[in-house]
Amino acid sequence: MNPEVQKKITEDVKSHKIIMYIKGNKGMPMCGFSKRVMDIFEDLGANFETRDVLSDPEIREGVKEFTQWPTIPQIFINGEFIGGCDIVTDLYTSGELKKMVDAVK
Amino acid sequence: MISAQKIQSLVEAALPGSQVQAEDTTGTHDHFQMIVVSPAFEGKGMVERHRMIYAILGAAVGGAIHALSLKTLTPSEAEKRS
Repeated sequence: MNPEVQKKITEDVKSHKIIMYIKGNKGMPMCGFSKRVMDIFEDLGANFETRDVLSDPEIREGVKEFTQWPTIPQIFINGEFIGGCDIVTDLYTSGELKKMVDAVK
Repeated sequence: MISAQKIQSLVEAALPGSQVQAEDTTGTHDHFQMIVVSPAFEGKGMVERHRMIYAILGAAVGGAIHALSLKTLTPSEAEKRS
């Protein structure tokens, strides 16, 4: 992976408590899974940053290499990769995600 | 294009002794749901378990497979759920 892209992602995930790489943005999600993840975090009252991978193909591929995870969306809390829509939904249903979000509020 | 049956057999072959149920959730051969019960998941977190499945399916994920909803359980977790 392009070291510039890796550096940018590393800094981004470290400098935001909650950041998610999605298709589209808060006002205009372009994928059902990206929308669901944002809805979940909004429901938990979380402040979160988004990056639109559709507007930056290098980031779109770079983040997949960064996490060794082949799909979008990808969610980070406190610089740690949490998973995609599937895992975030499971964490939300079990109440675990609320604890994680409250811990970084 | 890929079938639920093909995905299921790939995972069963790679994880001997696992129980796998794959299903095409939209009938369009690109959105799938799969439940995998395997002792290989013991002591592993969700991300690690899903990565194992992604490694088995390789480039198909994000390619022929547009969406893959996964439930990855150990035999004891599966028992608790049933």
